[in-house]
Amino acid sequence: MSRNPDRPLSPHLSVYKWGPHMLVSILHRVTGAGLATVGAAALVWWLVAAASGKEAYQSFAGWATSWIGIVVAVGLSWAFFQHLLSGLRHLVMDIGAGFEIQGNKFWATMTLAGALLLTAGLWLYIVMVRGA
Amino acid sequence: MSMDTTQSGEPGASPATDPVTRTPLGKVRGTGSAREGAEHWWHERLSSVAVLMLFVWLIVSLLRLPALDHRGVTEWLRDPLAAVPMLLLVAATFWHLKMGLQVVIEDYVHDEGNKFLAMLLLSFAAVGGAAFAIFAVLKIAFAATGLRG
Repeated sequence: MSRNPDRPLSPHLSVYKWGPHMLVSILHRVTGAGLATVGAAALVWWLVAAASGKEAYQSFAGWATSWIGIVVAVGLSWAFFQHLLSGLRHLVMDIGAGFEIQGNKFWATMTLAGALLLTAGLWLYIVMVRGA
Repeated sequence: MSMDTTQSGEPGASPATDPVTRTPLGKVRGTGSAREGAEHWWHERLSSVAVLMLFVWLIVSLLRLPALDHRGVTEWLRDPLAAVPMLLLVAATFWHLKMGLQVVIEDYVHDEGNKFLAMLLLSFAAVGGAAFAIFAVLKIAFAATGLRG
């Protein structure tokens, strides 16, 4: 479809100055899509393996504790915490609060930092306290 | 899910406000639209709070389990106080992820045919995934001693 050059073009995304609020917005969608596919598949695999018996469960546990399984698990836990915190931010914005530009950017940055801290804390706890 | 393909685009042509399409009974009652426009949006928020609480429960429960091996997990899930929240978690999670992915599809898949197909596959995958997970939890919860071997 050809565009009539006389008609105005809606603002292209690239005209906006990149900021933490934009990053958190798209990360909420990206992490949600990741959790909904990879995360949901892992949840079903874990439960079905547990219901199928010892061997099926050991096969799941073998994958989950392999280096690729741990990379996926760390990624999923970060995606979970990021989606959780940016989701809470969305709930606050849904009631009409938190739209002032400085506060909005501050809490967007806080969800990024919080997700990284919670992910690090979870895996530190697993390694240090539970001994992996 | 909007499957509306009308291209009229006239302002005020919605059934709620258009004097031509609005029924006399609707005019008398002053009901306007069916008032379900925000339902999907609201259910997404509702399920998000449910998923939030249930996943905090799951993570805390798993971290408190003495062992995450087959015996440890199945004996834990045999307790109704673990099996029931797990069933709620599966239901709420697949409900929430279905609604979330639906919005992603609506935003990025513009071809009506592809959109319909994507919605169909999403619905089947969400219901199918939830059914498998629920069956697995019930099988563990209702098994007397059969899973120990």
